[in-house]
Amino acid sequence: VNRPELRTSPVSEPFWEATRRHQLVLQWCAACDRPIHYPREICPRCFGTELDWRPASGDAVVYAATAMDDHVVALVDLAEGARMMTNVIGCDPSEVVVGLRVRVTWEDLEDGRALPLFEPSR
Amino acid sequence: VGIADAASPTGELDGTTRGLEVRMIAEALGDAGLALSDVDGIFTVGGGWASSIELAEYLGIQPRWTDSTATGGSSFEVHVEHAAAAIALGLCEVAVTVYAATPRSSRRAGGEGYRSMQARRAQTSWTPMAEWELPYRLRMPMGGYALAASRHMAQYGTTSEQLARIAVATRAWAGKNERARYQEPITVDDVLASPVLASPLHKLDCCLVTDGAGAVVLTSAERARDLRQPPVYVLGAGTSHTHSMISQMPDLTVTAGAVSGPKAFAMAGVGPGDVDVAELYDSFTITVLLALEDLGFCAKGEGGPFVESTDLGPGGSFPLNTNGGGLSYTHPGMYGMFLLVEAARQLRGHAGDRQVPGADVGVAHGCGGVLSSTSTVVLGTEATL
Repeated sequence: VNRPELRTSPVSEPFWEATRRHQLVLQWCAACDRPIHYPREICPRCFGTELDWRPASGDAVVYAATAMDDHVVALVDLAEGARMMTNVIGCDPSEVVVGLRVRVTWEDLEDGRALPLFEPSR
Repeated sequence: VGIADAASPTGELDGTTRGLEVRMIAEALGDAGLALSDVDGIFTVGGGWASSIELAEYLGIQPRWTDSTATGGSSFEVHVEHAAAAIALGLCEVAVTVYAATPRSSRRAGGEGYRSMQARRAQTSWTPMAEWELPYRLRMPMGGYALAASRHMAQYGTTSEQLARIAVATRAWAGKNERARYQEPITVDDVLASPVLASPLHKLDCCLVTDGAGAVVLTSAERARDLRQPPVYVLGAGTSHTHSMISQMPDLTVTAGAVSGPKAFAMAGVGPGDVDVAELYDSFTITVLLALEDLGFCAKGEGGPFVESTDLGPGGSFPLNTNGGGLSYTHPGMYGMFLLVEAARQLRGHAGDRQVPGADVGVAHGCGGVLSSTSTVVLGTEATL
């Protein structure tokens, strides 16, 4: 797949480092006890600065989806309560409907990091 | 008090963007009966480091109020809101906001044509979009609107046929605008038969890419009385935004219009039921459907049944996007300017073949980014004061 070069922020380095192990992690706010995505230097709900990183289950539900050309772009709601953009792969585009249960999978990048994608849960 | 806009059935205009801006300012000032030397408030948005400064230099104006506020397609509604506030406070007296863009002719000349400014930035430097959206190759801005349409359909049962009705009615209005890019009538079947570019949106659910330009002149109600045209009054205005990129939109079925609309109506002292002519930003059919709900023309989730049971076209009970809109008239990238010009033209009674009889209250509702920002302006004739 021909993707643009991935440019990342120092703030999200733990996220991308974990992708080398194919592990999905999320930034959490200690005060809210809820995840923050995308990662920030403050919590956008309470302005808290006590933030840490915790593993995510990798389970999600499709919130919205659109099929274009040869790929499907979706917003998925992670079980932990964060929403992220991704591609849903491993099925016919017409099967990617709102409410579909999906699970994280990985596309390795040349630099050893990996891009989190999702596929229908088995 | 002064308006001008330019567009062509070819989709292209002659001249540079700066030249078109100057032409629009001259036409709008001429329309009002004012001169460039009267202008002391300058408003624009473009690609420059400080758009209003660059424009003022070119025109030889040293203003008392400067405004380069950029909120995408809603920028010009925001400019009207700011201008009305500045004029009311005595911070300036004659304000001009202007826009010109030539994505169509520039692409033909080998340039890059229309590109989402947000996506363009993300392609050249780090932004949250570069990190969290661009890798997934969402077609911008169309893909963001497609995601919202998919959610609205799943949540409320909205159909592609219902969205298509918006495009069909808008095209019928374009048939009464000799400058519209597309004037031939279309049917719901035509929309559904057009290629799906980003499901569930078809090609005919999407706006045009054309050259276009326009300008609006505002002044105090007192000064307006002595000018050339029947004044159109800013009765109320409201602005809000919910997110910059679509993956951060809290609820894909509710736009910032649910804040900017009620705020503008409350200031105006009128309600959705008082509106005679609605000019609602139509980058995509879903943009209109969400605006109808968020501004209170129907309840949340009922946009589909509303457009099915309401005649939105010429002669109908709910005149919508009476110039043919961004879907069929013109869409140079930030369409909000044309909403204002058309609303004002209707309220003056100068809309020719497409005039809505007795229009006293009009709404211009802009939407920018990927359903990110909205700004609502309620306009009225002297009878509404």
